[in-house]
Order: sequence, then structure tokens, then C-alpha cells
Amino acid sequence: MNPAASIIVFTSLSGTGFGLMFWLGLGFPHVTGWTAFWYFTVAYGLAVVGLTASAFHLGNPQRALKAFTQYRTSWLSREAWLSVMTLTVMAGAAYLAVFEDTVIPALGWVGAVLSLLTVFGTSMIYTQLKTVPRWNHWSTPVVFLAYAIAGGAILTVTPAHLAIALLVILGALQAIAWNIGAEAFQRRPTDLGTATGLGTRGSVRAFEPPHTGTNYLLKEMVYQVARRRAAQLRQLNIGLSVVIPIAFLLLAPDNIWVRGIALALHVAGVFASRWLFFAEAEHVVGLYYGRREPQASASR
Amino acid sequence: MSDLPLSTKRKLGLVIDLDTCVGCHACVVACKGWNTENYGAPLSDIGAYGQAPAGTFLNRVHSYEISPPDAPTQTVHFPKSCLHCENAPCVTVCPTGASYKRSEDGIVLVDESACIGCGLCAWACPYGARELDAAEGVMKKCTLCVDRIYNENLPEIDRVPACVRTCPAGARHFGDLGDPDSDVSKLVAERGGMDLMPELDAAPTNKYLPPRPRDAAETSAAPVLEPVAAEAGGLLGWIDRALAAMPGA
Amino acid sequence: MNPFAKLLSLTRSPEPVVETSPRVSQEIRKTTCYMCACRCGINVHMKEGRVAYIEGNRDHPVNQGVLCAKGSAGIMQVNAPSRLRKPLKRVGPRGSNQFEEVSWEEALDLAVEWLEPVRQKHPEKLAFFTGRDQSQSFTSMWAQSFGTPNYAAHGGFCSVNMAAGGIYTMGGAFWEFGQPDWDHAKLFMLFGVAEDHDSNPIKIGLGKLKKRGAKVISVNPVRTGYNAVADDWVGITPGTDGLFILAIVHELLRAGRIDLDYLARYTNAPAIVIHAPGTDQHGRLLKDEDGHLLVVDRKTGELMRYDAAEVEPSLTATHTVNGHECQTVFRQLADKYLDEQYAPDAVAEACGVSPLRIRQIAAELARVAFEESFELDRPWTDFRGRRHDKMIGRPVSFHAMRGISAHANGFQTCRSLHLLQILLGTVEVPGGMRFKPPYPKPVAAHPKPHCKVTPGKPLDGPHLGFVRGPDDLALREDGTPARIDKAFSWENPMSAHGLMHMVISNAYAGDPYKVDTLFMYMANMSWNSSMNPGGVSAMLTDQNDDGTYVIPHVIYADAYASEMVAYADLVLPDTTYLERHDCISLLDRPIGEATGAADAIRWPVIEPDRDVRGFQSVLCDLGARLQLPGFVREDGSQLYADYADYIVNHERRPGVGPLAGFRGNGDSHGRGAPNPDQIQRYIDNGSFFITHIPAEAEYYKPWNAAYQDWAVDIGLYDAPQHYVFELYSEPMRLFQMAAEGYGERQPPDYLRERLKRVMSPLPIWYDTDDSDDDRYPIRALTQRPMAMYHSWGSQNAWLRQIHGENPLFVSQKIWDEHGFKDGDWARVKSPHGEISVPVALQAALNPYTVWTWNAIGKRQGAWALEQDAPESKRGFLLNHLIHELLPPKGDGLRWSNSDPITGQAAWFDLRVSIQKIGEQTHSLPQMPVLPSAVPNAPRDLKWQVGE
Ligand SMILES: Nc1nc2c(c(=O)[nH]1)N[C@H]1C(S)=C(S)[C@@H](COP(=O)(O)OP(=O)(O)OC[C@H]3O[C@@H](n4cnc5c(=O)[nH]c(N)nc54)[C@H](O)[C@@H]3O)O[C@H]1N2
Ligand SMILES: Nc1nc2c(c(=O)[nH]1)N[C@H]1C(S)=C(S)[C@@H](COP(=O)(O)OP(=O)(O)OC[C@H]3O[C@@H](n4cnc5c(=O)[nH]c(N)nc54)[C@H](O)[C@@H]3O)O[C@H]1N2
Ligand code: SF4
Ligand code: SF4
Ligand code: SF4
Ligand code: SF4
Ligand code: SF4
Ligand SMILES: [Mo]
Repeated sequence: MNPAASIIVFTSLSGTGFGLMFWLGLGFPHVTGWTAFWYFTVAYGLAVVGLTASAFHLGNPQRALKAFTQYRTSWLSREAWLSVMTLTVMAGAAYLAVFEDTVIPALGWVGAVLSLLTVFGTSMIYTQLKTVPRWNHWSTPVVFLAYAIAGGAILTVTPAHLAIALLVILGALQAIAWNIGAEAFQRRPTDLGTATGLGTRGSVRAFEPPHTGTNYLLKEMVYQVARRRAAQLRQLNIGLSVVIPIAFLLLAPDNIWVRGIALALHVAGVFASRWLFFAEAEHVVGLYYGRREPQASASR
Repeated sequence: MSDLPLSTKRKLGLVIDLDTCVGCHACVVACKGWNTENYGAPLSDIGAYGQAPAGTFLNRVHSYEISPPDAPTQTVHFPKSCLHCENAPCVTVCPTGASYKRSEDGIVLVDESACIGCGLCAWACPYGARELDAAEGVMKKCTLCVDRIYNENLPEIDRVPACVRTCPAGARHFGDLGDPDSDVSKLVAERGGMDLMPELDAAPTNKYLPPRPRDAAETSAAPVLEPVAAEAGGLLGWIDRALAAMPGA
Repeated sequence: MNPFAKLLSLTRSPEPVVETSPRVSQEIRKTTCYMCACRCGINVHMKEGRVAYIEGNRDHPVNQGVLCAKGSAGIMQVNAPSRLRKPLKRVGPRGSNQFEEVSWEEALDLAVEWLEPVRQKHPEKLAFFTGRDQSQSFTSMWAQSFGTPNYAAHGGFCSVNMAAGGIYTMGGAFWEFGQPDWDHAKLFMLFGVAEDHDSNPIKIGLGKLKKRGAKVISVNPVRTGYNAVADDWVGITPGTDGLFILAIVHELLRAGRIDLDYLARYTNAPAIVIHAPGTDQHGRLLKDEDGHLLVVDRKTGELMRYDAAEVEPSLTATHTVNGHECQTVFRQLADKYLDEQYAPDAVAEACGVSPLRIRQIAAELARVAFEESFELDRPWTDFRGRRHDKMIGRPVSFHAMRGISAHANGFQTCRSLHLLQILLGTVEVPGGMRFKPPYPKPVAAHPKPHCKVTPGKPLDGPHLGFVRGPDDLALREDGTPARIDKAFSWENPMSAHGLMHMVISNAYAGDPYKVDTLFMYMANMSWNSSMNPGGVSAMLTDQNDDGTYVIPHVIYADAYASEMVAYADLVLPDTTYLERHDCISLLDRPIGEATGAADAIRWPVIEPDRDVRGFQSVLCDLGARLQLPGFVREDGSQLYADYADYIVNHERRPGVGPLAGFRGNGDSHGRGAPNPDQIQRYIDNGSFFITHIPAEAEYYKPWNAAYQDWAVDIGLYDAPQHYVFELYSEPMRLFQMAAEGYGERQPPDYLRERLKRVMSPLPIWYDTDDSDDDRYPIRALTQRPMAMYHSWGSQNAWLRQIHGENPLFVSQKIWDEHGFKDGDWARVKSPHGEISVPVALQAALNPYTVWTWNAIGKRQGAWALEQDAPESKRGFLLNHLIHELLPPKGDGLRWSNSDPITGQAAWFDLRVSIQKIGEQTHSLPQMPVLPSAVPNAPRDLKWQVGE
């Protein structure tokens, strides 16, 4: 799939933002007044910038409000609702914390749950797609949630060891997801044979494409990553989103600035993760265009 | 609206005969011509005369090779447009309700005035049947020529999709696949019409008729001719006898 | 569906309302497509005076409502940014594509300034050649009036072998002159066709066969398109079809599976071949004093005229002439093809087809022809006056095109195929192949070539025709060729369509003489229609020492900014096909069906928005300015105001004009006085006219009295023209005899051996590669893409997205041997040149063959395409590897790359070597970028006309 900047920014920043809100809602750290203001501002900022970025992926963003209408079937619609609900609930919590010096734990918990549901909703937009075997798997929501939770923890959770533990788990989950994802396409029965219905007659091979030029499908859904590129990005991903934040948390004095820098580097790692998430995901439509088997992944 | 109708009154769709399709792309361009001028925004062409022209088309013809284990490789031309799936995943993912499946005839359409151009439906479609128009920012797909098949401004005989009307080889058939007595349903039954990627459960309405067996002679022992030349008088003697036996001689 | 989903669906919100009956257009204008030469009927839907949508005309005999990809893309052609806008006069050096726009007055004055002196002094110094010309009966008349012998259209590089092979053998051909009986054929065999002119009819026909479950066998090195839907595929090695066919003939003869009755009655198989060695009669056919063929009657053993009422011609008789026993054609033929050299085992290796396969195909052909034979209850009367109460079907049909004709052995291969058809008795019978009026038309009914030049006067007759023997060659007193293309010379005696591919190189070389003005129309001669485009461009731009051009003047009429425009001194911009009158005439290459005679028109369904004029109208004007007879009235004023005026008012013979329909008061067809309302009547009728052949005349046309009468009636001929098929070609024997030293006109010595060999009166096969050069083992071919027409498709925004570049398709064997991978490129070499191109694998391909789509490659700067368009960057022409001359053979002569009989350009004899190279950025060669002759194209298109 095309790793479009808008959706990378969207999923990365909103995920991290809601991850922060999750912890804030749970009372990590227990903050009020100006401190709370800054914490909530960062969380909100990330979430809102992320959500706004998603609009850049739209052909007609002026109609975006219509996206709230189909919550009955559409995960994208549900995600829209969930994010608005989360932002609303957390706005209440933030208001009370910043201006009233009050923390109502129940409200925070509701906000925390909604935050995670929002991230889950985001992940389900991808997970639901049977057409992209790599996404259509439990690991997708798990990894999305892990990024949100661990990412949020970098800034919020004390003792630092807890955040470190979460980062370690994140790293492990990400590695597992890559591993599972590598073979996800082959594990499915879908191949050019079933795509054309001709597989029972012999081996099927794409001969001539329907058009020599490019089109939306090829640009959007038949993206190919070079193996070396993918391997480099994975190192960058794990390095930035897991290893370096851990190093900061372990080695540097534990203060908000250090944690802020660790989070920033983590987010850079999330970008790499999401870039790979899209770029390595193969859509079955590629079969029709002769992308036979998914490119063997870099981890093998 | 993104929920699918429980059932549709009819299941209109196409039956495409892979035994007959010569891969001429006539259906592709007829479709482009009709739909550029009709339903919704025109199908744009970005960089039309440039280095990487990229236009919106609702129908495309692929070509594949099949190599059977014991016969020469075959070529199959393979047209593909929206299959108007019964269980259309493209519809249910749509956040705005722009994508919908008509309960009347099962046609899957995009209401362009509601489409935000998020592209999710195209991601959900296994068949590459949806293309986001780059100029208009809305999702485009085969409409099954909904503005032809009921069009009272067209003579009755022309109330078929543009691609069906134009196909020179007669490889495209249009009709109600929900009615077991329709011509298309009979054709599907007779010729073993098949679904594409049945394992993805989209339950496509359009069916593909597989190519008939090819190169039978390569695998079977077809007869050869027996010489007459061995007979008395050879060929010429045989001819004289044969002609003599003919009426009028 | 789960209960939850059920609940959801019950509470769905209402569906949007869709406008299902939009107005399609305000008006439909019916005319004829010209996105290719198939000439289908189209309905042009108009909105606010503009073209909104084009669909097929259901009533039209050619396409019956369907339309191909090109036809549907017509709207992108009539609006293409590459359209020329005004006459152009060259300002830069020739080839630089630098022009100034001039008025028509200035342009025509200039043309007259060049042409007038030529006509007065040496009319032959005008070479007027037309390409995709559909008005040849008009353009040839213009050239004839001008007085130059140097006129032809593009048939010589296209498929003259097919036309001439068919006409010399059976008075009609495949190409667009004949068609299978799609409704009755049960076995259809297709040789060397990717698309053909009858694009839509062939597809409609294949669809009919498929619907009935009839079997299709394709013989083609490449399996795509029609060949992909064939039930059986014979991936023959290029150039060997003749051998393959003659092996089938061998099998059929050996088994006696031939239609004896048919051969005896309708062919010259029973004719007597005179045996008189050492005389000028040896090998001629026995005739009476009036030139009628004689045959031996089976019942009486007497010699009789072949067309005598009572005759039962014997196929096996012998007859003694001057003491020599003479045999029938049939005996000679049987002896020849029963020889072991034609046995399947002997040919299998060369053809790349197993002996068993050849035998099986022969058996299958015979089985269907004779065991699935059927009868139509249609009584008919033959030319001998005999009544038949039935028509006997032989449901085997063949079709073939350039795959067999574009080889240097193509004429004889076409004849071999006709031999096969005729042995099976499948021509002009139900289920077989039938001619489309004005065919059948025997050689005797065709003109002979004319070449007598008189300064200031018209030529002595039509340029092109069918020679009957050496006497009809177009030679000058000294025996050298009279025509610039050397058509009808000893090098290619039966070149019925001329040799357009030799014009530029001969004119450049001054061989046989120099010309002053090269006037071309609708032919991209510096590019895809030339062999060796680089060389041709150099010839067109080369200068003498004094700075003048070797070819002094070039006038070119095109509608678009093609590669050829750059090489003109004067460009006459034509209209597009929806902006002009045209006439698809029975005098020319008409449309038509085996069941009727048809013709058609085009008319300006839109007015040009540029200062352009229909080329034929320009010729009417130019003809008058030059005072050409036939183009001026007695007072010297212009006779035909424009082409429409000519179409309506010109009479070729009294009562017979360009259009057959609605003559006289509008009710006469075929013959009748000019009708001023004729064009309107055509328009009202969908821009075509068809008159059907009576049912009893639909088959056996060459011998069917009812058909002959009908043809006379509608003016196809002036008297019945029955004839028999010529399995044995006497005209060819006459050329052979000249080579043996008989007759007054004698070939140059260096051609004698070749003429003796190739002019065999019975079909033969010979290898087209007689060099010992084994450095180029691979055959390289092109195919027509169905969605593109030669070079014009690339200016079409829709079509170029389908075929914007072309890889070289490589067989599995070559792919593996060279270790190719996806994305690789190859350097391909021929004795003449080399190219670097992307490759792709095709497994369904003859192992020794590579091919690509024809004419996709474009020169940078042409066709209003942006620089580095994929057509130039990755696309390519195979033409750079092909030369109009064969590589030197060491005999000091340069032989032309053409069929030695007809001069047909041997495009498909190309042999190459291939070498893997890594990925490249540009295909090679790249000719210098042309500055565009038209303004830049818009970037994006959002095409919608009206509301
Ligand atoms: N390698 C290879 N080369 C081949 C062949 C092959 O098989 N292989 N095939 C050969 C054959 S059979 C043929 S017939 C030739 C065809 O080659 P050409 O005869 O050159 O045909 P086109 O490329 O179609 O275009 C001729 C010109 O007509 C112009 N034109 C189009 N419409 C109009 C119009 O309405 N009016 C005017 N005045 N001009 C117009 C176009 O702009 C173009 O410049 O190519 C030959 N070249
Ligand atoms: N769409 C479209 N239609 C066209 C044209 C076009 O440009 N585009 N051009 C028109 C013109 S000008 C012409 S002349 C006709 C030509 O129509 P076709 O005769 O169909 O011409 P080609 O495409 O050159 O196809 C030649 C075929 O012969 C095969 N072949 C080559 N060598 C051999 C051989 O030795 N033996 C056998 N058995 N097969 C062989 C090739 O693989 C190819 O399939 O098409 C006309 N129709
Ligand atoms: S083919 Fe694709 S777009 Fe059409 S209904 Fe099925 S899933 Fe939807
Ligand atoms: S692109 Fe339009 S139709 Fe498709 S899912 Fe988004 S809103 Fe719905
Ligand atoms: S049914 Fe209409 S919209 Fe669909 S592919 Fe055919 S022409 Fe195009
Ligand atoms: S028009 Fe018909 S034959 Fe041509 S590609 Fe389409 S389906 Fe195939
Ligand atoms: S075959 Fe196609 S391009 Fe040619 S005349 Fe017919 S519709 Fe036009
Ligand atoms: Mo041609």
C-alpha cells in the first residue's frame, strides 16, 4: 500500500496522542493546573494534528462531517465518533484538572477507555480489510495499542521502569507482528489462480498489463519496497521507538525534558513503523497486476 | 448508506466469456466514453499527453498466461470491472454512506455528492474495481450503466451497458443473475460460470465463463488420414473410380 | 447473515435517487468511422454542436452496432492537440520541423509553382504516393490526369501478396475482399492474423463461431488476441507456412480427400498443360483459337471448351499435342505434391510443427469438409447453364493476412493456401470463404498497368493493374523500369499495388531516375511506414553540393503533427474524419459483405475550428489550378467545387459513379444519372448504402449465372465475367518462359535464375533466407495492437494509456538462454542496425521468435506529446532493424527486401540476435528531438460536453 504521509502522520500522532490521554485519564501522572495544561496540550496537540492530517488524505475534505454517519458498519465512521467522544470527555477532564484543580477519577477512566477504543478503532480500519492479509490479523490492533500505550508511557509513567517494560513489550510485539506479517499473504489461499479462477488449469502468470501507464490502483495499492530499504527502516524503527527511549529512560536523569526528547524520538520511530506498515502491506489486487507473491520480507 | 440490503429484488450483473474475449479493449474505451459524459463527474486524465498519463477507467482488460503441465501455454484476455458483489465489502467500510448497494437491482454505486474521497472502499475491494478520480476527488466505479439500462431516452435494444453493446466478439452478457431462468443464469449454468476469489466471501454477482479446453489434439490421439495411393492405380485410379461413381457421370 | 446485520439492514436509511433516464444527446449524426480502415458505421451523439459520445450504428452492415476501442475513442482524436491548424511552409532546414503558417492561397500557389513546370516537361518527376488513402479511385485519377506514372497507395508494403495471390488464383482474396461464411463454418483456420482490416467483422464472426461451438485453429507464432481464443494453436516458425500448407495438401492428396467435383467444374485442374519442351508453348495451357481453355470431356474423351454446357471435365485425362502426351494440371499437381519433399516428416522440423500434428490437422480438415458437409435448399444455375437443386456446404473456412503475406515467399504461400482451400472445395460454398462484391473479379476484368508519359498530357491509362505476362510490364524503351518504385519491372513483375516503400530510396538514388517533387498523403514515411527510418530521414534531408536538396520538393498532406511533417517543405493540413466528406466507393476498396454490395460516405458532422481543408477538396482545387483534364470545364474553370461535388457528379462510366446508391431520381441503385440529393440520401440512410445479393446468387458467385446478372445489373461489370480458379497460373509461366529465353521482352541476366525459380505456375515454398549468415538466428515480428492504429493512436489521450510503450516479447527459450529477468533490457541486432529495448516474457510464443506491438514508438517532439513521453522513452520501432535492401550477398548487387514476384515488403523476414543488457533509461536509437509543429497540449483532461 502507498505509504502516504497523511495517513502515516495521522495514525502515528493520533495514536501517540490518545496513548498519552489514556495515561492521563488513568492519573499518570496525577497533574493539575499548569502542569496539567502542558500535559493535556501535548496529548491534544498530537491527537488533533494527527486527525487533521487524515483530512489531507481525502479527495473532498469539505464533506468530512459526512464521515460520522455510517457508524453502523464503518470502522472509519466509528473511529471518527470515538475520537470525538474521547476528545470531548478528556476535554472535560482537562478543564477540571487545569482550571478547577479537580480530578474526577471516573471521568478519567472513561476517557482512558475511550482513548484506547479510539486507537483500536483506528487499527480496525486496517484490520478489517481482508484484501490486505498482513493487516487482517489480531496483531494489527495489538501493535497499534502497544504503540499508543508504550508511547504514552514514555512521557507519563513513573517509575520509568514501567515505561521501559512497556517499551520492551512493544518491541517484542512489533517483532512478532513483522514475523507473522512476512508470511501473511502466502498463508492465505488467495493467489493469481483464485483471482482469475484459472488456477486449476495450470500455473497462471500475468502477461500484459491492462494499461502501460500508471493508475490509481497501482499508485495506491501496488507499492513495492526494496528489501534493503525495509531492513534499514526496521532498524530505524526499533532503534528510535524502543531502544533509544529505553536508553534515555535508563541512563539520563529522569526529568520531563529527557522524557519529552525520548517521546519525540519515539514518535520518529513510529513514523518509520507506520511507513513500513503501509509500504509492506500487500493488497490482493496486486495479483491482477502480476505482483505474484509478496516480496520476501527483510526479516527472513 | 453503508449497510447492505438484506436481499435485492434482482441481481443485475455481467457474465464475461473468457473463451471468446479477444482482448480488444473495446469495452474499456466504450465505458470510458459513456461514463465521461454521463453519471457523475467526467473520468479525468491526468497528464494526458505527458510522461505518465494516469486516467480513471472503470473497466480494464488484463492478459494472463496459463501453462498447463502437458500442453502449450495459453493466453487469456481478462476484462474486469466492478462485480457488484452481494456481500460488498466496499460498501460496508464507507464512512459516509456514499457507497451503497441498491436493493432494487443489486447495483453498487457511489453517490458522488456524499463521497469524501477517503479511498477506503477501494482498499476494501479485492478486485481493483474502484478508482479515485484525481481531478474530482471522488470514488469512481462501474455503475453497470444504471443510466443506460433503464434509460427511456434510449431505444429498448440499447438499454444495456455500453461495454456490452460495443463488445465486438459478444463476450459480455448482461442480465439478472438472481433469476435462474434468465439467459445469463442459463449461460452460467451451462458453461460453469465462476466467481473470482470466492475465498474472500465478497460473493460477486458478475460471473466468468472459463475458456473451453484448448489444444485437445496435443493431448489426445486424434485420427490421421489413410492413404489411397497404395490402392491399384494410385491416386489417379482412385479418382477415376470416384468420379465414375458420381451422379451425373 | 447474522441477526445483528439483519436488524441493521432493516433499518437502512433510504437510498439516493439516481437519474436513470438522462438525455443522451440532442442529436445523432450518423457517419463512418475512420479510426482505421474497417469503416464501421457510427452514431455521433451531439450536444451543443460538439461531439459528446460515439457508438456503433446497429444498422450498419460492417459493424452491426459494435465499435472497437479506437472507434470509441474518436472524440479524443477529433479534439487531439496534435491537429494541424493551418498550411505550413518550411522555414528552417528540412527535417527541423520549423515552419511558418501561411494562407491556403499562398500554399496552393507554391504547389502550382513547383508542379506546373514538372507537368509541362517531365510529368514523371512528380511522385505522388498515398498511404491510408480511402479515395484511391480519386487520387489515382488526379495522378493520371497529371500524367505521372508514379502513383500508388500503400498496398505494396502492406499486403499486396495477399491481394495478388488471391486475385491471380481465384479472382478475389482475403484481406477485405473476402470473408468466412461465419454462419455455417464449423472449422475455421486462421493464418497469420493479429487484427486485419476487418477488425470488427472478424470479431463478430469469431463470436458467432464460439456461440455455435465451432472449432478455431490458429497458425501463428504468437498466441494473443484471435489466436488466444483459438481452440488449437499451431505456433509455427515464421516464414514456413507454405511448407506446412503443402504438407497438408500432400496428406489430402495421398488420402484422396479432395473435392473432385469442385476441382473438375470450377478450377483449371482439368486444363491441359502443353508438353512441348524447347518451344514457347511448353507449360502453357491448351486453348482454342479464341483463347478459351480446353479440357477433355470424361464421357466422350473429346476436347471441349471448359464452359461448354455438356462438358464433364476430366481431371486425369491425358491428351496428345503434336505427338507429345500432355497431362492435366491436376496430374501435374498430384505428382508435385505427392513427392516426399512435402511429406509431414520432411517439413516438420523447418515448420516447428510435429508430423503427427500436421497429419491430424489434415484429417480434421477433411473430416469437417466432407463428413460434416451439409446442403442448403437453394437451387441455382451455373455458367454452363446447368441447374443444381442444392448448394453443398463444406463447412471449413480459412482466413489469412500479413503473417503469410509479409514475407518474401508470401505470394506463393498465399497461393498455396488458396490451393488448399480449393482442393477442399471450400471457396464460394456454404460454410467456406466468400467474396464481397465487387469481388469476385478475375484478372481479366482488372486493368493492366499503364506508364506512357506525355508531357502536359494525362497518362495513357490507370497506373496499377494486373499483368498477364511480360508484355504488360511497365518498362521504358531501354527495358529499364518506367516507374520510380520499379513496380511491374523484372524485379517484381506482378507488383499490383506498387512499391511505396522503395519510392524515397529510389528517388534519392536517382534509380531509375531523379524526381522533382515528392507529394505524399496520409503516410508517415519518415517513421513507422518506412523500413530504416533513420536512413530515410537522411535521404530526405541530404543536399547536393550546391545546397539544394537531392529530392528537391516535398509536399505532404497530414491532419496531425506526425514525424513525417518535419520532412515537408509544404504541409497541407487535412481535416479529421468527422469534419469532411469522404466516399468509400465500389470503385475502390469498398465496405461490403459477402451477401451484398455496399458503399458509404463521411460528411462533416462538425465544422473544423481550424484553417484546414479536406485533402480531396484541395486536389479538386489544385487540379483546376493546374488545368488537369477531368478537373476543369471546357472554359478552364474549376469543375468540382469540392470533393462532395465530385462524389455526386463524377461518372466513371455512364451512369456509374463513386456512389452506387440513390442514383437518378434517388431510386436507382448501381447505375443511374447523378443525383444532386445523393449525399443527403446517404446521410438519411445512416451514411451507407447496401443492396443485397439475391439468395440464389449468394454462393458460387464466379460461376453463378444469377450472380453474374446481378453484378451487371448494379454496374459492377458491364458483361458477365465467369471464370475458373487458376491453380496453375499461366501468367507466371509466361514470366518463367521469358527467363528461359522465350519472348521479346527479356529479363536482365542476373534475374533469370530467380525468375525461373520463383515464378512457378504451381505454388511452391522457398526459404527467404538464402544467406549463410547464422549470426541472426531469431525471427523478429510485429503485431497490430487492437486498440491502436499504426502511429495515430498515440495522440489519443485514452488509447495511449493502454499502449503507451512496447516491450519486446521474448520466448521462454530465449528468456532462459539469456537469463533475462523482469525489468531487463536487450540489445537487438540485425545485419542492418541495432536497438536497445525493454524485454518481457511470453511463454505462448514460438521458441525462436521475438515480437513487439507495431508503431507504438514515437519520435520525441511529434504528436504534441510531452518530451520523454513513454512512447519515446521506452517505446521503440522494430523498423530501425529493417532495411529496404537485403544485406549484400557478395554478387555486387543489392537485392530488395521484397517478394520477388509482387514487391511486397518483407517485414517479417527480419532476423536478429539478442543480448541482455541491464536496465536503461531510454530505448535506442533516439533520433534528435523535434520542436513541436503545434502548440503544447493541455496537461489534464476533464472531458465533458454540455451540461
Ligand atoms: N515494423 C513494421 N512496420 C510496418 C508494418 C509492420 O507490420 N511492421 N506494417 C506496415 C503496413 S501494412 C502499413 S499499412 C504501414 C502503415 O503506416 P502509415 O501508412 O504511415 O500509417 P499511419 O501511421 O497510420 O499514418 C499515416 C499518416 O496519416 C496521418 N493521418 C491520420 N488521419 C489522417 C487524415 O484524416 N488525413 C490525413 N491527411 N492524414 C491523416 C497520420 O497522422 C500519419 O502521419 O506501416 C507499415 N510499417
Ligand atoms: N487495430 C488495428 N487494426 C489494424 C491496423 C492497426 O494498425 N491497428 N492496421 C491495418 C493494416 S494497415 C493492416 S495491413 C492490417 C494487418 O492485419 P494483420 O494481418 O493482422 O497484421 P499484423 O498485425 O501485422 O499481424 C500479422 C500476424 O501474423 C503473425 N505472423 C508473422 N509471421 C508469421 C508467419 O510466418 N506465419 C504465420 N502463420 N503468422 C505470422 C504475427 O504474429 C501476427 O499475429 O491490419 C489493419 N488493421
Ligand atoms: S467488485 Fe469491488 S467495488 Fe464492486 S462490489 Fe465488489 S467489492 Fe465492491
Ligand atoms: S472514497 Fe467515497 S465512497 Fe469510498 S469509502 Fe470513502 S467516502 Fe465512501
Ligand atoms: S457496465 Fe457500464 S460502467 Fe460498468 S464496465 Fe460496463 S460500460 Fe463501464
Ligand atoms: S470488448 Fe469484448 S472482446 Fe473486447 S476486450 Fe472487452 S470483453 Fe473482450
Ligand atoms: S474497426 Fe474500429 S476504428 Fe476501425 S472503423 Fe471500425 S470502429 Fe472505427
Ligand atoms: Mo497495412
